[in-house]
Amino acid sequence: MSSLLYDAPGPRAKRRNALFTVLFLAVLVAVLWWVYKSLDEKGQLEWVKWEPFFSGSEAWTTYILPGLKNTLIAAALSMLLALPLGAVFGIARLSDHTWIRIPAGAIVEFFRAIPVLILMIFGVALYSEYTDVSSDDRPLYAVVTGLVLYNASVLAEIVRAGILSLPKGQTEAAQAIGLRKTQTMTSILLPQAVTAMLPAIVSQLVVIVKDTALGGAVLTFPDLIAAVSPMSSYYGANTIASFTVVAVIFVAINFTLTSFASWLERRLRRSKKSTGAVVGVEAIEDLETVGHAPPEPGGGIKE
Amino acid sequence: MFDFLEGYDLLGAFWVTVQLTLLSAVGSLFWGTLLAAMRVGPVPLMRGFGAAYVNIVRNIPLTVIILFTSLGLNQTLGISLGAHDFDSINFRLAVLGLIAYTSAFVCEAIRSGINTVPVGQAEAARAVGLNFTQILTLIVLPQAFRSVVGPLTNVLIALTKNTTVAAAIGVAEAALLMKEMIENEAQLLLISAVFAFGFLCLTLPTGLILGWVGKKVAVKR
Repeated sequence: MSSLLYDAPGPRAKRRNALFTVLFLAVLVAVLWWVYKSLDEKGQLEWVKWEPFFSGSEAWTTYILPGLKNTLIAAALSMLLALPLGAVFGIARLSDHTWIRIPAGAIVEFFRAIPVLILMIFGVALYSEYTDVSSDDRPLYAVVTGLVLYNASVLAEIVRAGILSLPKGQTEAAQAIGLRKTQTMTSILLPQAVTAMLPAIVSQLVVIVKDTALGGAVLTFPDLIAAVSPMSSYYGANTIASFTVVAVIFVAINFTLTSFASWLERRLRRSKKSTGAVVGVEAIEDLETVGHAPPEPGGGIKE
Repeated sequence: MFDFLEGYDLLGAFWVTVQLTLLSAVGSLFWGTLLAAMRVGPVPLMRGFGAAYVNIVRNIPLTVIILFTSLGLNQTLGISLGAHDFDSINFRLAVLGLIAYTSAFVCEAIRSGINTVPVGQAEAARAVGLNFTQILTLIVLPQAFRSVVGPLTNVLIALTKNTTVAAAIGVAEAALLMKEMIENEAQLLLISAVFAFGFLCLTLPTGLILGWVGKKVAVKR
């Protein structure tokens, strides 16, 4: 096996690789041993501290599942609200009219430049000051508001990238048979762009799920993170165990989403139904930050 | 109009944000580069470790990592990173958490940069008889560095925004001050505008300047 950086290993390289493996293994074992020792000294590895998660369902029904439910509700709500909003702004940024394009662009860039937490803190104060949302519901409203504002602007970029990733011939053909601009957008470009964007949208769900945790830590939103401290105090300071379980749950959810997005991307790239335009999972991180433009139009078919 | 700012150390809070950003950026650049080297290297065990680290850390919310540094490392295991007072302990823990998290993204950015160099470049270099060091320093890395500027800029901006998560463990940076000010002053819209403007000043120029540099130096293929 030869790659960019090294050729297929010969006898000397094989010996060197074996040496590196042994050295790295030694370091890894040393670090793990140190972690084990420090946990053991503080009594964090006693079965008593881990038992609640493995025997009986009390820890799950009292702390983890209600928290997880709130996390997932917030994430689902944010996605459902952010998608149409993002689509509107994404299309607005592609408008031929300057007076639509420029403000839409400014709004999208503004909300991509502001941290989500700032938007959430703003949301809490906004609802307590100007609305009569009860104080129990306020954290959820604030978390969803912050997530929608930020993610709609990211999704707007994804929509724009999806439309721009379609071959130019699609627009030209639509114009040739006499479709109006609106018709071209709604019946030719958008349906194909949605397919092209699906992997990127699923990846964005990972970002949303991760960001809901902010609400639990800073805004008293009763989600999965907020369950950690009452749980660890109830079960006798099993902080490490609680964090481990919560982290494993997050990794499981997000890893599933990421794998699904990659599978979707592969499948779409293979399918012959669309024009072959796909906004990949990799594009997400590029679109999350300011000052980054999506790919040039007219891609998709390489000569 | 802006008299509500009196009595608050606005610049100080943003200075903490900038410090968090810069220290974490340097740290994660170092650790992320190491991880990337492991992931593209010839040793299977290191490749496995790098892949596992990136996939696990990327899927845990940063909030969980930062809270863990405080509640888990500090309060349960007594790790204080050589600091003695509450503020500097939490500051260092936040930097540690940010480095651990951001490194995964730095690693992926660097790897994507290396992957933009076509294999043919290295094969041609081997064909003319260059050795491994020459291939790396003369052919691959110069091209990879140039394509890495763009992705690394995105990571840096995301990091700048992510420093606000340190508010969760009481580091006195911008988001925490904003929360405090909104609770005490009846100037919601003005206060929010001030903080939004502060972050715009941090992220927009970085994005535009480095984005332009990235476009300029990237190898057109």
